[in-house]
Amino acid sequence: MKVEALTWLVLFLPLLAAGIITLFTLRNKAVSATLSIGAIVTGFVLTLAVIKFGGWDARELSVNWLSIGSLNVDFGLKLDALSLMMLLIVTGVGSAIHIYSYGYMRDDPGFSRFFACMSLFTFSMLGIVLANNFLQMFIFWELVGVSSYLLIGFWFEKPSAADAAKKAFITNRLGDLGFILGILIIFTALGSLNFTVLESGNSIAALGGMATLGGLLVFCGAIGKSAQFPLHVWLPDAMEGPTPVSALIHAATMVAAGVYMLCRVFFIFTPDALTVISWIGGITALLAALIAVQQNDIKRILAYSTLSQLGYMVMGVGLTAPEAGMFHLTTHAFFKALLFLGAGSVIIALHHEQDIWKMGGLRKKMPVTFWTFMVGTLALAGVWPLSGFFSKDAILAAAHENNLLLFILGVAVAALTTFYMFRLVFVAFLGDRRTGVAPVSDSKEAAQAGDESMRQARRLSYEPHESPGVVIWPLRILAVASVVGGVIGIEALFGGMFKPDAAHPHGLLAQLVYPFQHAPVAALSGLAAFAVGLFAAWKLYANAKTDPLPDKLGALSRAMANRFYFDEIYEATVIRIHDAIAAIADWIDRWIIEGFCIGLVRGGTDLTGRALRLVQTGNLQTYAFLFVLGVAVVLWFVLGK
Amino acid sequence: MNVGLEHYLVVSALLFALGLLGVITRRNLLVLYMSLELMLNSANLALVSFSRFNDNLNGQVMVFFIITVAAAEVAVGLALIVALYRKRQTAHVEDLTSMKL
Repeated sequence: MKVEALTWLVLFLPLLAAGIITLFTLRNKAVSATLSIGAIVTGFVLTLAVIKFGGWDARELSVNWLSIGSLNVDFGLKLDALSLMMLLIVTGVGSAIHIYSYGYMRDDPGFSRFFACMSLFTFSMLGIVLANNFLQMFIFWELVGVSSYLLIGFWFEKPSAADAAKKAFITNRLGDLGFILGILIIFTALGSLNFTVLESGNSIAALGGMATLGGLLVFCGAIGKSAQFPLHVWLPDAMEGPTPVSALIHAATMVAAGVYMLCRVFFIFTPDALTVISWIGGITALLAALIAVQQNDIKRILAYSTLSQLGYMVMGVGLTAPEAGMFHLTTHAFFKALLFLGAGSVIIALHHEQDIWKMGGLRKKMPVTFWTFMVGTLALAGVWPLSGFFSKDAILAAAHENNLLLFILGVAVAALTTFYMFRLVFVAFLGDRRTGVAPVSDSKEAAQAGDESMRQARRLSYEPHESPGVVIWPLRILAVASVVGGVIGIEALFGGMFKPDAAHPHGLLAQLVYPFQHAPVAALSGLAAFAVGLFAAWKLYANAKTDPLPDKLGALSRAMANRFYFDEIYEATVIRIHDAIAAIADWIDRWIIEGFCIGLVRGGTDLTGRALRLVQTGNLQTYAFLFVLGVAVVLWFVLGK
Repeated sequence: MNVGLEHYLVVSALLFALGLLGVITRRNLLVLYMSLELMLNSANLALVSFSRFNDNLNGQVMVFFIITVAAAEVAVGLALIVALYRKRQTAHVEDLTSMKL
């Protein structure tokens, strides 16, 4: 048996864990957690083994799954640098998050259910990563949607969480509709769904005039899943889920699925489609960064930051640099998972307080969380030589080559990124404690807990302390990954796959200086953006008691804080129109289908029945008379004529 | 006058019609029942006369069977009527409408 066969195990172990937990061990927390964590950690080890003994070369394993006429669908695993690296991210970062969840969710009554959902999610995500054809990818794509619905709505007794879950699911449906239409166009034109076949078959030429349309429809799937403008609204709301979920789904893996898919099928995009993709990415990056500047909920800041970074990745793909997009995806998975888990650590220490203006002075109380969070922040802001610098630089360099406007936009977003992240750090971790006196008036919190008054009392007199080891160790591991992620050859790995001809840096030193040699303008602009952002944040927020920006920016700041009114605009347009259509459909159903069609049949039967009932007099002699009359008529017919 | 098959059949038809008239018009269950027997016997008469004029004994044998079965049937029917009368104190068909809607 070849070593590649182990990937089947990697894929199916989490499903097995989810099944066993759901069926047998819901009552036993320790066993459930062990199964789930064991499945993903084993997956990580097996992936390492596959890479160690099998290398990064492209290869495929598949079994025929269904064949109807000319439609042949395999259930297969496609292994190459792209999917193996993604496999490492999902299982590696996933492992850290699973272990962290063991500490974070300890007191939750739904502990076992949580781990079952996490394992189901891991299975679906691995399915997307390993899929070797469009149909299989679409199926797992939907499975990811379902499991993210389950996880976002994990605290379904909270109405806001239930709503957020529905919003995420339905918004994703919109994108998926485009995705499946795109798949159908490709299948109609090319007659195959297999990625390898499509790639070797020069699909753009075969699609002809439909190529751009097909590519954009497929991109719709990524818009939904990776929360790009204009379907970005679900991601911030999805922060209603438990924090490990936010880290796993909404930072490291699920939202990255869209970008991953774009890279996987990069060959079907025409230049026109790529232009659209890059602009969508750029707009998302800018909008989300602007919104993040005026958010006060620690998880929402990170959520908009994620949106913004996803915009970067999509922009990278659109600028014909999928290797840069994937590079940023990888490093982003490290440091954003780190940031989310750090935020989670803060949130438990503060008994579920998420408003940064009620935090402050956490640096001394939670040193490990602070320093790891700091590493994540610096990596996200793109400080040399942390991982974020290299990946962001790769995208900026691509922008610099291809589209100057997007390059400027990218640099501006980089400055904004530094600004909002350091705003968060200055307010939440540095300075003095603000709470202990602040009134608690969080309506979301009030809905969540039954013993709210007790919790309130606890929060008012809290003394934050460092989180336990099971929470901190994942932070440390991810912090190390965030630091070195840029210089361990990931860029060369992806570069070797997408652009085998170009030169890629090898060796530690070469990688450290590569950005400055390759595209000095981009690298220096990135660092300048960091300096500008840091300076502005320090000027405004060091020792700030309240947010000074609303006074300075006025209406703009209000618009940012209100997320540029996207939810309200959708409420007023899409949802209103949808309600109108629903009302019309309801009217048709009620009056035409039920009233007219069904009513006619029902009423007709009823009337006939009533008329026939009159014949049933119940009088024996009437029956006898009618009977004889009948006989007479028959006789007359038979004999009389 | 030579009495032929037709005469017998006419008598039979008349008896049948009288019986039917009784069944339709009379209200007393006992009378109704007697009328029914009249119709039965008119059929017997027709069978016997066919048998006699066609030199075929099958009809007569059939009539014996019918009479036997009718005797049993009368016993059951009368018993039912008596039971009904005991329960309802009436033997008029207008009063027996409990199965009507």
